[in-house]
Amino acid sequence: MQSKVHVRTAINGEPAEFLCEPRQSLLECLRDLCNLTGTKEGCNDGNCGACTVEMDGRIVTSCLVLGVEAEGAQIGTVEGLARGTELHPLQKAFLENAALQCGICTPGFLVAAKALLEQEPEPSEARIRLWLANNLCRCTGYDKIIRAVQQAAREMKEARP
Amino acid sequence: MAVVFIPTLLRPLSGGVDRVEASGQSVRDVIENLESLYPGMRDRLMDGGRLRPNVSVAVDGEVCPMGALEPVGPASEIHFVTAISGG
Amino acid sequence: MTKTEYQVVGTRPVRHDGADKVTGRALYGADFQMAGLLHGAILRSPHAHARIVRIDTAKALAYPGVKAVVTAADFPPAPDKLVDFGEGATPLAYVRGNVLASGKVLYRGHAVAGVAATSAHIAEEAAQLIEVEYEPLPCVLTAPEAMQPDAPILHDGLRTAELGEKAQGRSNISEHFRHILGDSKKGFAETDVVIEREFSTATVHQGYIEPHNATALWNNDGRVHIWCSTQGSFVVRDATACVLDIAQSRIRVTPMEIGGGFGGKIPVYLEPVAALLSRKTGRPVKILMTRKDVFEGTGPTPGSYIRVKIGATSDGKLVAAEAYLAYEAGAYPGAMVGPGGMCVFAAYDIPNVTIDGFDVVVNKPSTAAYRAPGATNAAFATETVIDELAEQLGIDPVEIRLRNAAKEGTRRADGPKFKRIGCVEVLEAVRGSEHYQSPLEGPNRGRGVAVGFWFNVGLPSSCTINVNADGTVNLVEGSTDIGGTRTSVAMQAAEVLGIPVEDVHPSVVDTDSVGFTAVTGGSRVTFSTGMAACEAAGDVIRQMKERAAKLWETVPDKVEAGRGSFRCNGHSATFKELAAKVGETGGPVVGRATVNPRGVGGSFSAAIADVEVDPETGKTTVLRFTSIQDAGKAIHPSYVEGQMQGGSVQGIGWGLNEEYYMSRDGMMMNSSLLDYRMPTSLDLPMIETIIVEVPNPGHPFGVRGVGEANIVPPPAALANAIYRAAGVRMRRLPMSPPAVMEAIWSK
Repeated sequence: MQSKVHVRTAINGEPAEFLCEPRQSLLECLRDLCNLTGTKEGCNDGNCGACTVEMDGRIVTSCLVLGVEAEGAQIGTVEGLARGTELHPLQKAFLENAALQCGICTPGFLVAAKALLEQEPEPSEARIRLWLANNLCRCTGYDKIIRAVQQAAREMKEARP
Repeated sequence: MAVVFIPTLLRPLSGGVDRVEASGQSVRDVIENLESLYPGMRDRLMDGGRLRPNVSVAVDGEVCPMGALEPVGPASEIHFVTAISGG
Repeated sequence: MTKTEYQVVGTRPVRHDGADKVTGRALYGADFQMAGLLHGAILRSPHAHARIVRIDTAKALAYPGVKAVVTAADFPPAPDKLVDFGEGATPLAYVRGNVLASGKVLYRGHAVAGVAATSAHIAEEAAQLIEVEYEPLPCVLTAPEAMQPDAPILHDGLRTAELGEKAQGRSNISEHFRHILGDSKKGFAETDVVIEREFSTATVHQGYIEPHNATALWNNDGRVHIWCSTQGSFVVRDATACVLDIAQSRIRVTPMEIGGGFGGKIPVYLEPVAALLSRKTGRPVKILMTRKDVFEGTGPTPGSYIRVKIGATSDGKLVAAEAYLAYEAGAYPGAMVGPGGMCVFAAYDIPNVTIDGFDVVVNKPSTAAYRAPGATNAAFATETVIDELAEQLGIDPVEIRLRNAAKEGTRRADGPKFKRIGCVEVLEAVRGSEHYQSPLEGPNRGRGVAVGFWFNVGLPSSCTINVNADGTVNLVEGSTDIGGTRTSVAMQAAEVLGIPVEDVHPSVVDTDSVGFTAVTGGSRVTFSTGMAACEAAGDVIRQMKERAAKLWETVPDKVEAGRGSFRCNGHSATFKELAAKVGETGGPVVGRATVNPRGVGGSFSAAIADVEVDPETGKTTVLRFTSIQDAGKAIHPSYVEGQMQGGSVQGIGWGLNEEYYMSRDGMMMNSSLLDYRMPTSLDLPMIETIIVEVPNPGHPFGVRGVGEANIVPPPAALANAIYRAAGVRMRRLPMSPPAVMEAIWSK
């Protein structure tokens, strides 16, 4: 048995700690040790994007990050999008545009799209498609996802002072 | 009398006839009467009073959930079709 | 049918499970947790075909943290019999054999043993310590090769069946069927143009993003509880009961949220193994597949070899057609070639038809359903031949299809006549669309169209509706919700009850808590479970009339109900007002229904594709794409569009890119999502949709299932577009850049 490593990190703005094996991925740590199962596993090799989380302002596929790398980092997951009972504009737009069917890829898309809109408040359709190209969805054909991101971008722009 | 369409692979039993009139209140009755016309037909369609697995019956174009027990009208069309479902 | 005004049907409410799914709270199979949980792993065959000489589990069992190992030897002895879980009758030995191999492995990735340990990592490591001695056998990977008389034989006991009669010798052909309508030989003699072509299509995977998963607890009372992501909780219950030879009633299946299925999450793979491991350990056991396990160890859709021959007169009338379909079932029979045969010419009224179909086993994973299973392969062949005929005859490709389109009363090659269908209306919508009317300019560009069909199914569904005192209702159903059906079913109940859809709270519950409900498949949930919800709502209305009659001292027949209110002799009450009084008028109101409906309406779908082919690389870019489909009546138009868009894009992936790239010795060379390249957002334009509504007389609102037919036309539409862009007729799927380049070079 390998000894475990004590990791101190911050998840969705709150300090968090966990004990993990050195080989465990951040995805496993979030899901199995922190009970944050909103982040999903689709492939465990960085190709589907379902496990996308924010790490120190960058989006990463958490299956390719080791849990120990989270030491001292700021981690953002789908569970941190809503403010209390108020959904994030992207979450609302995904619902209003029927941008999910089975919903397994949705957390990854939401986290990735949020990072995009924070960096580029008015992305073109082509830019959205490029940004989200690491997130696979097999249900929707992407059409309604792209439209939802466009709608959220418009609403977030209007909401800004 | 109902019109029974003889499945292509059973037409050797009917001497090549592709449809035939047969009486009966239910699919099972009809198959029994078909058997008297073309011996051997019953065993290709039924197994112990029920339709064989992978044989479905359509009465008037509707695949019938009750199979051999399905009622048959006096002018019904009966087909034996592949059972399908989907993804 | 007159135009009906609906309150709820046809609107676009937010789904009831929406908040859970955008916040990460929705619990999918892999998210299930329980005290004392053990984790499992599966050891899979490295060979495509081999005899298992010996399995030694000692080292694995001795590994720290390992609690149990199971192999096929742990299945209780059971007499072989035919079992049917809604996807056709199969010998139990085949179902068991695919869960854990016995005697032989039949494909690379075939499950051989299962391990339970204190962590998933330990289980994976321990699985590698199981020693299996194999005697490799020659493998066979395609239908035409497997049909050769000297081909390696997969199953010693397999004999070719022809409608109840079995042939003598050993064979890899498990079934042959034939449909004859009219006389195709005579028919061809009357034609002016005949085109005959050969096609092949690769094995492709459904590609759901969520891998298979299962947790099982064999409880101390002898009952087994299973939590998993499945398209059919009752299928899991019944199949697991058969595999383990225990009574159905001893198994309770709780369906977790499901991350895509498309037909691939109907068979059981992990559930019986998790149950056996739980029985050995006395603890709950969870097993998750890796992505590689999903590609190598679950059911993709068949690769196929197809010949199609169609003859027409000079004025474009189709007179005769023949098809030869050989589909690869994978390791065990059941290639869905039957539906392929029923769909291959379904769009056309052709008087003389012969269709031969062959279900062929090969050393690849045992295939499962994939969205309109069997139909896409067949339509790729037919629709490209029709396109060639149109070109030779100088007729517009939509016009030739319209001249020959199947309609109500057209006799199909497999026998029955079509009821009311929307083939003509779908083709007219194609012709009238802005997309089809607009010019496509530029070099290396082309437009293609195609049409496709899927039958859809009925099958049983059950539903109960409990009336709450605040005027809302709780709707209980057994159909696992794979894409918004909680809402499309709840909307139908709301419409009948005359209440807002937000006042209906749908729940998908476990197999102990609702009447038998068949799989979420065959495009049946909005149709069948919707019908059960309508009938249960009707049952509520009937009881509410009785309650109103008590209040107003009259008889129930005199109470009128409609649009959410009840009236009689000057009295009136809303549904809500009456619901508040159910306690004092006799107690709770529970509506219930179970249906096994007839009147299933098949759905036609068409696709228009504009592409540009790069003559240097052979890469095809989709410039514009429109999906057209007959929904009968779109209950929730956004979800209908979503089905059309999703099916179209799966069809685009199948057409342009996806394949099991196999080595000669049967290894899938591209078993990751990087190498098995499914379409990304960057590969696609917006997918335009045109919903056609030809109501299905067999459903109260006219619903036709829309889940499947939309995947059928895209590969053929793309092939026809590529022909106009690059001058090459593609007859092999996928039409990947190397395949297109090869065709351009050999032009």
